[in-house]
Amino acid sequence: MIAPFFKYGLFGDMTGLVFAFIIGIGFGWFLERAGFGSAKKLTAQFYLYDMTVLKVMFTAIVTAMLGLGFLSMIGFLDLSRVYVTPTFLLPQIVGGLLLGIGFVIGGYCPGTSMVAASTGKKDGMVYLLGVAFGIFVYGEIYSSIESFATSTSMGTVIIPEYFGISYSLVMLAVVFMAIGMFLLAEWSEKKFARRRPE
Amino acid sequence: MISEMTADSIAKPEVQEHRAATIQPYLNPYLAGVGLGFVLLTAFVIMGRGLGASGAFTTVITWILSGIAPTHVAGNPYFKEYLGDGSSSILNSWLVWECIGVIAGGMISGVLAGRLKLDIDHGPRVTHRTRYSTAFLGAMLMGMGAKLALGCTSGQALTGGAVLGLGSWAFMFSVFGGGYAVAYFVRRLWI
Repeated sequence: MIAPFFKYGLFGDMTGLVFAFIIGIGFGWFLERAGFGSAKKLTAQFYLYDMTVLKVMFTAIVTAMLGLGFLSMIGFLDLSRVYVTPTFLLPQIVGGLLLGIGFVIGGYCPGTSMVAASTGKKDGMVYLLGVAFGIFVYGEIYSSIESFATSTSMGTVIIPEYFGISYSLVMLAVVFMAIGMFLLAEWSEKKFARRRPE
Repeated sequence: MISEMTADSIAKPEVQEHRAATIQPYLNPYLAGVGLGFVLLTAFVIMGRGLGASGAFTTVITWILSGIAPTHVAGNPYFKEYLGDGSSSILNSWLVWECIGVIAGGMISGVLAGRLKLDIDHGPRVTHRTRYSTAFLGAMLMGMGAKLALGCTSGQALTGGAVLGLGSWAFMFSVFGGGYAVAYFVRRLWI
């Protein structure tokens, strides 16, 4: 096994920063190409007439997931050295709800607002400031919510491990779930097509 | 003869046609998703970590705050952790460089597609002013939610989803749940 390259010491921190920049360019490129520099396009997801967000997100998840699975299977990549964010179940559910509400009110998420701002969207620029202010407020009130924010800590846990199902079976289930959601998305876009403004 | 000339002159208004032709349609969502998936996979293979966005905001905010009010930041348990021992510059942050890349990549793509334009995006029934305030308000909720959840749509949903993190999947369904739960009440903003 030689990957992840950085974890196997193939290069140092500085080179890592160069890769960060290049990978970021790819990330920003595909977000913009998908139409995610537009709040109307992003929020259309919640009004069901344009399901691009769901399609892009789940295609990306499935692609990267299967790629990881394949590279691990052929012995190229050590999955245990890929970072997984630890699970704090309740804070992540509540945080997710807040994020979803913020998404439909504000029109972007942090990553897409950078693309919006860099392509000239003034609401995207205001959004960037709002995210920054929200984080500032969070930092200021952190001591009073710390016990909740660190509650239901389950450590680094992945779905196959938690439910005792094999990794490949979970991958298969995700693929089928994604296909099911894509079919629903295509149906929904036809059914709610007349909600599209203008 | 005359009809030919007319047809010719009708086909001529070049300026407008040219401008319309330079704005490309968006990429097919499934193709964009595969592209994004490969970018994410590349990050996993090269770095052993995925993509992120909200973390870079925190690093930058902490850096700005520590410039304005250093003692306050040093006394704040949350920012103190981001500050570290204070010797590390924000330019040593992986996520900060990744986000500089996102801004550059988005802009390059926008320029090449003819979509770079000073503009404001909202539904037909609201004023610019409403849009600015709701953008700020929504972003604030987003910022706080992302901190509580240890990541946003990039770091948690996309990256954590691909590595099958338990909390990441719970997070992802909550994002959609929260969005759909309030979408009806704020529909005036968008449709």
